Amino acid sequence: MQHNSLAQLEIPVVMGNHLEELPDDLFIPPNALEIFLETFSGPLDLLLYLIRKDDIDILDLDISKITDQYLEYIELMDSLKFELAADYLVMAATLAEIKSRLMLPKESFEDEEEDPRAALIKRLQEYKRFKTVSEKIAILPRVDRDFFIASAKVPKLQESLLKEESEINITDLFTSVVEVLNRPNYKNSHLIDFEELSTKERIQILLDILNNKNIISFSKTLRKPEGKKGVVVTLLASLELAKDGYIELIQNKSEELFIKSVRGI
Amino acid sequence: MEHKVINSVEALLFGSGRPIRLSEIKSILENTGLSVELSEIKRAINDLEMRYEGTSLKVTEVASGYRLQIKEDHGHILSALWNEKAPRVSKALMETISIIAYKQPVTRGDIEDIRGITVSTRIIRSLLERNWIKVSGYRDVPGRPTLYVTTKDFLNDLNLKSISELPELPEIEENEEKDILSQAI
Repeated sequence: MQHNSLAQLEIPVVMGNHLEELPDDLFIPPNALEIFLETFSGPLDLLLYLIRKDDIDILDLDISKITDQYLEYIELMDSLKFELAADYLVMAATLAEIKSRLMLPKESFEDEEEDPRAALIKRLQEYKRFKTVSEKIAILPRVDRDFFIASAKVPKLQESLLKEESEINITDLFTSVVEVLNRPNYKNSHLIDFEELSTKERIQILLDILNNKNIISFSKTLRKPEGKKGVVVTLLASLELAKDGYIELIQNKSEELFIKSVRGI
Repeated sequence: MEHKVINSVEALLFGSGRPIRLSEIKSILENTGLSVELSEIKRAINDLEMRYEGTSLKVTEVASGYRLQIKEDHGHILSALWNEKAPRVSKALMETISIIAYKQPVTRGDIEDIRGITVSTRIIRSLLERNWIKVSGYRDVPGRPTLYVTTKDFLNDLNLKSISELPELPEIEENEEKDILSQAI
């Protein structure tokens, strides 16, 4: 009994007959790798082909047989020195896994609620929907293949519009050249010094202010001459202090930001 | 007057070489000193349709407006003229554009989940170059993958007015759940 099932694994049984050779339609002519790639758009496509070839419903998928056939294809691809796409190998592994799980004694797999094939069947079904519809879209009339757009040559645009542009005389040209040559040289290098405002220094200043006052509005800590940069540095300093827990930043509905010192820490 | 509108609309359809909207026709005509209502332009197009009966031309409405095209009966003559067929579209590319069309917006990952194979950069680039798809944003998940949607040009190129005119996506062939289980060995 056990021997029988092992033998079946080695020689696939199709319609009750033992197959000892590869079926003819499994044959891929040599140097037809590109044809192969074009024929199947992916591992799911290859699987669907194998299923359809035997005229069986996806739901009645005989995983054992399909796995054998799929692996035969993969071996063929391999023997043709075909650089196997990783995705085909992933599918081979998935099939092998499902097959091995199905071969386990039934009791051990009764605990599991789902048929190990269910996920694969679902993927096949989902893929099939799009495969079918993509074949329909492929035969829809397409521009430049099935139909063409009509157009007519646009008439010459009014000459008066073009004339103005061409009215450049030699004097204009000369003046332009002279003007370009007389342009000051802008390539001199400049060195721009930035007035450094230190965040560290600002932290100290804020702490000094908060020593005298418990709470102060953010805008009152700013110094006008420092401009935007001053605001940025002060904000950075406040955030730094808030992060370390020295101050709290409070904002009420008036949108004014208040800095409150946290004492006793 | 009426005649002038019809001929102006015809000139625009012929000269544009692309789909053109009624509103666009209206504003161009108005800017060039011919004030017309949208309904008049629509009527002019209907008149043109009648005028073209029995000729090789027809006015078609697609996603981006109206355009003038050559009837499909004469397609083969023009294929011969241009001598080269439109670039062949692979199965993989058709599957990819179909998934984008029905599931948009989608990421490459979404497409790969359905197709069971890596979506090659070549396919995406080819679809972007054809202007059949465009980037619509990024999904808010780690890695922020690009989201793709189909374009009006995709519909124009297939002679469609809207995405709903695509063939219906088949339902999953439902079968009794217990059928699956009874087959499990």
